[in-house]
Amino acid sequence: MAVDVRLACARVDRKELPFTNDQAHLVTPGDVITTDTGFMRGHGTYMEDEKLHASVSGTVERVNKLICVKPLKTRYNGEVGDVVVARVIEVGQRRWKVDTNSRLDSVLMLSSVNLPGGELRRRSEEDERMMRDYLQEGDLISAEVQSVFSDGSLSLHTRSLKYGKLGQGILLKVSPSLVKRRKTHFHNLPCGASIILGNNGYVWIAPILNEDTENTGGFIQNLEPVAAVDREAMARLRNCVLALAEHKMMLFDTSVLYAYEESTKYTVKDLLKPEIMDEVVELTRQRLEAEG
Amino acid sequence: MAGLELLSDQGFRIDGRRPHELRRIQCRMGVFGQAEGSAYVEQGNTKVLAAVYGPHEIRGSRGKMQPDKVLINCQYSMATFSTGERKRRPRGDRKSQEMTKHLQQTFEAAVLTHLYPRSQIDIFVEVLQSDGGNYCASVNAATLAIIDAGIPMKDYVCACSASYIEDNPVVDINYLEESSGSAELIMAMLPKSEQIVLLQMNSRLHEDNLSKVMDMATQGCKDVHSILDTAVREHLTSSIALQDSSVT
Repeated sequence: MAVDVRLACARVDRKELPFTNDQAHLVTPGDVITTDTGFMRGHGTYMEDEKLHASVSGTVERVNKLICVKPLKTRYNGEVGDVVVARVIEVGQRRWKVDTNSRLDSVLMLSSVNLPGGELRRRSEEDERMMRDYLQEGDLISAEVQSVFSDGSLSLHTRSLKYGKLGQGILLKVSPSLVKRRKTHFHNLPCGASIILGNNGYVWIAPILNEDTENTGGFIQNLEPVAAVDREAMARLRNCVLALAEHKMMLFDTSVLYAYEESTKYTVKDLLKPEIMDEVVELTRQRLEAEG
Repeated sequence: MAGLELLSDQGFRIDGRRPHELRRIQCRMGVFGQAEGSAYVEQGNTKVLAAVYGPHEIRGSRGKMQPDKVLINCQYSMATFSTGERKRRPRGDRKSQEMTKHLQQTFEAAVLTHLYPRSQIDIFVEVLQSDGGNYCASVNAATLAIIDAGIPMKDYVCACSASYIEDNPVVDINYLEESSGSAELIMAMLPKSEQIVLLQMNSRLHEDNLSKVMDMATQGCKDVHSILDTAVREHLTSSIALQDSSVT
């Protein structure tokens, strides 16, 4: 079997882009942004001696009187209405604790899930005892942010049939800032796989399910073996998303689809090689630029 | 130390520096994919890796949770191969525990802890090669890692050591100068406001010379700050260039 081996020194740093944005106002912690007192203090700033200082390194963003500094990478900051992919880490009293890549663990209340029976009904004690049968530790779910508590932790809900437990598929973790906010984050791509681009940077790739199994809220799991063609499409999609994320390209349905189409001339495993990643991403970028 | 000339007649130190010169500082940010923030700093022959995780839910004992601010958890360890003589325990010995506490205090003073109540930030520092000034290099590396993680801080924390050798204040001392028995002053400060977050003195120094040595260390911290700031800005511009070109 041929093995691809390369030396660490043969690696190239991706700094070849001679792109300088003069308008971007870069600051580092401790820098004075403005001495004018007429501005409002936003995220990433603090006030000292009547001066506005930056507290993180990044670009200054100004909306009317509000000044914020946006750092390159942070943990996920949840907002109401975001679609997230999350993992259950604890089953508690009438609630599940789930990990959403946020600063604190999020909660999913028993009262904010659709139980297998379907209709809205009162949650009985029976349901409380059965909680671990619905979702247990380690299960993955897709959900929507219902509210944000004062300490920044999130409350989720799955009261729609498109949310719920996730079955067979691949989970990918990317930076939350790379997921573009769209009207929909659930996509059935024509390449034979469905993808959920969670706002929290968790990406779920799964085979496309037919309508009737999809609308159970995911509580009835389909554990049938997935056909080899579908598995290959999913693996290819995974490598494409990974390549885009590594090049800090925004992730949304079109960019993922274009990357998939550009990658078809290579085998799936070749997509992990840096030079092929570079090429696929470059072709995707050109196609996106030609359109927009 | 007989026979070892720490400061020559021409005014050069044992490694060829002038008294006011720092060792060469090289740094890289974002060296780990898994951690939120990470950095690697070389200060002469002292090499340090730092990784920052969080803010995240409190792990381990929940009793440590603070309702009004974030818990900063540090771990300082020295690789077994980092010193001239092989170390037996990389962490957990008295010296490392002391260093851990110092790092924790330093960063509690600089990080805006009130922004993340009930959570925890982990700072892991590993000394890969030790040639004096381990604390200083660790603080500088951890600062870069925290900036890389996007955790809000009042200012950079820069640390620098200084000593007084043969009637001359010298800055950023290496292992030979450190072990020569002369006084050692370690200072960590917020360079913009010139606030001292940690000041430590080993062995004896005459009172009259203290201000000279402190001035030297202060100047050293500011020099370190300008080097770190350049590195951060470089990292920022290259990453933003990548991001901008992909926004369509």
